[in-house]
Amino acid sequence: MSAHPTLALAGVSKSFGAVRALRDVSIELYAGEAHALAGENGAGKSTLVKTLAGVHRPDQGMILLDGEPVVFTGPADAQRAGVAVIYQEPTLFPDLSVAENIFMGRQPRRSLGRIDRAAMRAATRELFGRLGVDLDPGRPTRGLSIADQQLVEIAKALSRDARVLVMDEPTAALSGAETARLFSVVEALREHGCAVLFISHRLDEIFALCQRVTTLRDGQGIASEPVAGLTHDDLVRRMVGRDLGALYPKQDAALGDVALRVERLTREGVFTDVSFEVRRGEIVALAGLVGAGRSEVARAIFGIDRWDAGTVTVAGRDLPPGSPTAAMGAGLALVPEDRRQQGLVMEMSIERNIGLTGLRSLRRGVTISRRAERDRAADWAARLRLKFARLGDGVGVLSGGNQQKVVLAKWLATEPSVLVVDEPTRGIDVGTKAEVHRLLSELAGQGIAVLMISSDLPEVLGMADRVLVMREGRLTAEIPRAEATEESVMHAATRRAA
Amino acid sequence: MTATAAPPGREVGARGARALVDLVFRARELSLLAALAVLVAVTAGVNGNFLSGQGVEDILLNTAILALLAVGQSVVVITRNIDLSVGSVVGLVAFVTGDVLARGAGLVPAVLLGVAIGAACGLVNGLLVSFCRVPALVVTLGTLYVIQGLDHYIAHGRQINAVDLPPALLALGNGAVLGVPYLPLVTLAVMLAVGAYLRAYPSGREFYAIGSSPEAARLAGVPVRRRVLAAYLLSGGLAGLAGVLWLARFGTVVGDSANGWELLVVSAVVVGGVAITGGVGSVYGAALGALLLTTIGSALVVLRVNPFWQQAITGALLLLAISVDRVLAVRVARLLRKGGRR
Repeated sequence: MSAHPTLALAGVSKSFGAVRALRDVSIELYAGEAHALAGENGAGKSTLVKTLAGVHRPDQGMILLDGEPVVFTGPADAQRAGVAVIYQEPTLFPDLSVAENIFMGRQPRRSLGRIDRAAMRAATRELFGRLGVDLDPGRPTRGLSIADQQLVEIAKALSRDARVLVMDEPTAALSGAETARLFSVVEALREHGCAVLFISHRLDEIFALCQRVTTLRDGQGIASEPVAGLTHDDLVRRMVGRDLGALYPKQDAALGDVALRVERLTREGVFTDVSFEVRRGEIVALAGLVGAGRSEVARAIFGIDRWDAGTVTVAGRDLPPGSPTAAMGAGLALVPEDRRQQGLVMEMSIERNIGLTGLRSLRRGVTISRRAERDRAADWAARLRLKFARLGDGVGVLSGGNQQKVVLAKWLATEPSVLVVDEPTRGIDVGTKAEVHRLLSELAGQGIAVLMISSDLPEVLGMADRVLVMREGRLTAEIPRAEATEESVMHAATRRAA
Repeated sequence: MTATAAPPGREVGARGARALVDLVFRARELSLLAALAVLVAVTAGVNGNFLSGQGVEDILLNTAILALLAVGQSVVVITRNIDLSVGSVVGLVAFVTGDVLARGAGLVPAVLLGVAIGAACGLVNGLLVSFCRVPALVVTLGTLYVIQGLDHYIAHGRQINAVDLPPALLALGNGAVLGVPYLPLVTLAVMLAVGAYLRAYPSGREFYAIGSSPEAARLAGVPVRRRVLAAYLLSGGLAGLAGVLWLARFGTVVGDSANGWELLVVSAVVVGGVAITGGVGSVYGAALGALLLTTIGSALVVLRVNPFWQQAITGALLLLAISVDRVLAVRVARLLRKGGRR
């Protein structure tokens, strides 16, 4: 091990508006060492990765390459410095071939500097051979499963012969065999002197692959220590740092009639034969890995995407496929996964955003009443304890948690009987997260049926009366609250022990 | 999940998907050629003069300028942008170069001046779109009017007359080598060069990458802004060249030549199979689209159809092209989804 770390962050801080994603974080990646980055969702892991990748520039602090301060002005700079990154969400060019995706900007050349396509395909096959993947290098990446997309990303990173390999949840969508192959390839790279940064929610993977672990909590570095000698519990305690029970206060509520019934719902190639029901007063969690088809089921139920077979029944009435208007009319509300893109109109004010779902009820005569709109917004802002300066402010100035409250207000104002929430607390600070949980629990107490999609296991275990687990487009388990543990849910989500 | 475990039926399905995808990528050029063949055959059947030397030459000459513009436009559209200012650039360049040539400037400096004016317009577009992040539609709509206004200001009601222009220029516009006029040859050379660059060079592929997913391109270290700027420079420069060719072809120009051509160019590009959402298509397809639109125009004249129908037919063809793209895209997406792995 050389004296200087290959790549390091020293005292890095980074804020996005009011949200402080990283606060005075340091991390050192040494050649020949696999370093794990642990932390809950929203702890700042992805921001740290993007800082190393040159996507974000630190507000304060330095990036050190071989002990020398460097400034990455963009991803190209970081790549030139030998940093290869596998992002959590695959970032591929859907119209280009698999081989082109892997070698974009670094294609093998033949005479006159032209791209040597045959060599490019052969190199792709060779990479896939190392990974044990059987994909056609010539096909476009459009339509690949999330797992296959992730494998293309991995091949892309490996092809760079990087000095530093950063992997942000590379295994989230992979099968056991694929993960094992990836690990043996990473192990070989590490032995050749590559520095590895590895992020995973599966703690056993951290213990299997890594020598050091740095834990982040709410944007701050908690500890950086050797993995040897740590237990699972030690690591979880550093990540969470608080009593789980107190944060997720789902109150027991009397269960009423079935409010939402989904039967054998199928969208070809996306999800198959999904059946479940949600009763009034119940919170049902839909767990599973990214790409398992959970959000797609929610989108279909709400009528955004059409389904090919099956039925969706709300309060005894069948919904027509592909009609959000009918879904809303039947009493459905959907708080989407991506609040900036799908949940809010970022350019509009708080009151306008809350008013959007009820423009008809806000009409006085033929025009929208500004006063009715403002009253409605003020009412909901108070009920959800929204923190804001003025209702006329753009939603863009609010913190992530308060933005999420605006989305909730917008939908609760429609007085739904079924509320579908997709990742309700992603990227929200801990305090607001607890408030959102309290709110969901209260809503269930008032007799609303809640379907909650979440990748946050503690949240699933703390909030849900029942846990449904999806894997590769199918429901694989239904686990009652009493039997739901991190192990049982992960087992159903991955077909192997977590 | 690996192919060893996949049932044999799936293998066949996937191979079918691959073949279909390949076919779709080539289908556009082939179906354009087929449509062209049918059109020519039918028209020639009704009126034998359609295939006379003069008829074919006219079509080639008219296509040359439109196709040249379409080549530049398709590079811009491939990056998920648009350049609506090209018609105005042709007008401005045709008049300004005509003016300097009439005052006795040499042919080569005049051509260079034309290309430089076009590239300067492209530079403005490109800087505004890539560095100031203004949507391309708005930027180039703005420059369309600004350049048009500039053209009118410079022309000030005057007209450039063929008799004032050097014979060498007019020879370029109307002469031929071995029976083939110069203008289509110029366009052909440009098209082959740009097509080869986009296909065979890493920086050329980056235009497709940007159009296919701007975010992924940024993360992959593609210099997105520089490439978008380059696309506008190319489109502007080729529009400048097209302006000179316009002058050479028609000799007599007033202040608003090629007025409205921007939409014709975009139509040719889309009919030629370049996706308006970027990332897909080729300059060959775009040039074929220009040839088809021009041929339809000529055929309608020969068939004595009211010129009003020409625009309606161009529009219908555009809608057909986009519908076909959409249907095929849905089909292919479904097949790819089912096919999964090889």
